[in-house]
Amino acid sequence: MSNDSALNYTVAQGRATSFFPTFERKDELQHATHFCPGCGHGVVHKMLARAIDELAVQDRTILVGPVGCGVFTYHYFDVGNISAAHGRASAVASAVKRSRPEAIVLSYQGDGDLAAIGAAEILHSANRGESITVIFINNAVYSMTGGQSAPTTLLGQKSTTNPEGRNAIPDGYPLHVSELLATLEAPVYIERVGLGDNKQLMAAQRAIRRGLENQVRGLGFSFIEVLAPCPTIWKMNAVEAQHWVRDVMEKTFPLGVMRDKTKETEPRPAPASAPALDRIPGILGVAEADLPTGNAHVMEQGREVDLEVRIAGFGGQGVLLLGEMLAEAGLDAGLEVSWLPSYGPEMRSGTSNCHVRISNAVIDSPVVTSPGVLVAMNEPSLRKFDRAVRPGGWIIYNGEEFPADCVRDDIHVLALPFTQIANDLGDARAANMVMLGALLQISGVLPRESVSAALRRLIKHQRWVDLDEKAIAHGGSLAAARSQEE
Amino acid sequence: MTDTVKHDRGKIEIDANECKGCGLCIEACPPKVIAMGDHLNHYGYKTAFYAGSGCTGCSICFTACPEPGAITVYRTAVTSSRVEAPCASN
Ligand SMILES: Cc1ncc(C[n+]2csc(CCOP(=O)(O)OP(=O)(O)O)c2C)c(N)n1
Ligand code: SF4
Ligand code: SF4
Repeated sequence: MSNDSALNYTVAQGRATSFFPTFERKDELQHATHFCPGCGHGVVHKMLARAIDELAVQDRTILVGPVGCGVFTYHYFDVGNISAAHGRASAVASAVKRSRPEAIVLSYQGDGDLAAIGAAEILHSANRGESITVIFINNAVYSMTGGQSAPTTLLGQKSTTNPEGRNAIPDGYPLHVSELLATLEAPVYIERVGLGDNKQLMAAQRAIRRGLENQVRGLGFSFIEVLAPCPTIWKMNAVEAQHWVRDVMEKTFPLGVMRDKTKETEPRPAPASAPALDRIPGILGVAEADLPTGNAHVMEQGREVDLEVRIAGFGGQGVLLLGEMLAEAGLDAGLEVSWLPSYGPEMRSGTSNCHVRISNAVIDSPVVTSPGVLVAMNEPSLRKFDRAVRPGGWIIYNGEEFPADCVRDDIHVLALPFTQIANDLGDARAANMVMLGALLQISGVLPRESVSAALRRLIKHQRWVDLDEKAIAHGGSLAAARSQEE
Repeated sequence: MTDTVKHDRGKIEIDANECKGCGLCIEACPPKVIAMGDHLNHYGYKTAFYAGSGCTGCSICFTACPEPGAITVYRTAVTSSRVEAPCASN
């Protein structure tokens, strides 16, 4: 018999410090997980927390969690936490690792998450050899949503979406993700483990630690697949489910190391850091002289600006560029702006339109439903939006004759053959800029300097800058002449 | 083992508030010194308990248990070279 009082006990295994001391979940449940009794997620969570503790990387670990029963990683792990959209965790983890190369970045995903909706993300993360560690929980079903088939569901296994059991025809075969990824050249370590008995449990703990260690050593992509029981959906008790992993699941998914290049792999160099902010204009080909100079063009305070514009035409008529110029000029003037393009898949000959808002107050929505100014590059575009123009607003129309049935007595119209005018100035394609000049004149809110700054930022070729400047100025004088007539 | 006093090399504690009564620790324990209790805890689960002696401190119950802090495994501080926990597969 032991005699406790005479003995000196030390803790051999206890709650990992990488777990939060209490879990900020529902009121009464702050020290228990949300997992069902006997859930494999719980077991793997503990293995992961233990590995993080043992490798002393808690303060630089970032864990990207999945959608599924594993969704609450952020409630449990006292590390950096991110929740990814369903299936995207390894893509998110790739980005995190690239921007924080010193971090230990983990992607934790279920088999619905990783092997179904996220199949593309995991394939390409592995193929790029991202220096992340992926923990893949294979419980052969979608558990959280109530037991639908997953790509990993075994042949003959019943599920809510396959009540007769999975059949190779027409359902296909269980997807062997580890084997699939092992056909790629980049991954450094791939192992499948199980939670089916004591021996498997110890191998699983070792593999998870190994997956993290590889990253600590700066090696590349590590992938640990864990065959994990889900007693609830499998309709078994915890011990039966554990045995099912060992006796049934393992036959379809053999355990073992599928890839180990850790010995011959050199630590990967950290990715080149993103270019410094001041190099970006150079990379984009914007000349030093054309950069905005501080707040030079910021408009005087207190002036109410609320311009809502809709610009519509055929693809190729410069509709989107017109809107962009307007928004860019607004930005240059220190205003709030939004630019929302709307177009079909055609590069040319479809229709396109865009919404632009410029305001000195925060913009609530980029959608312009009742524009103060409509720029219509052709008749169909006019007919599409003319009724929406708000009373007191303007229509700038590319056409000599404004269609009689579109006339309204509560709006102003500037109808001119802008394409012809632009052609006479040197190039018919500058029609959008003549119309922009008219719009700027009519709205009167943006400083000239801001417009030329925007022009030089968006247009690369000097020939076009010169032509567009001329076109804008000409459009402005046409609109000014019209205002005097009114 | 020739010692005059025979000590257990380990012991475990099970937090009855955290245990969900899945029984995986009972299944895992090589010397079979964990059992399931009869009464229900606050959350309605039966909970496992340590029989009180015979633990080797191997910690495999801890690895098998899904709950972060339900089981704590203790080992006697090594006072003589004789003390060494057998491996879990025993
Ligand atoms: C974009 C999107 N599609 C579908 C869902 C619904 N959904 C939630 S969890 C889940 C499946 C999770 O299965 P798995 O990854 O195997 O995790 P488990 O619950 O088995 O741990 C699905 C389809 C969702 N949340 N988001
Ligand atoms: S449903 Fe299955 S996977 Fe989800 S928590 Fe319960 S046992 Fe775990
Ligand atoms: S494995 Fe954990 S939760 Fe399950 S019965 Fe044992 S102590 Fe309780």
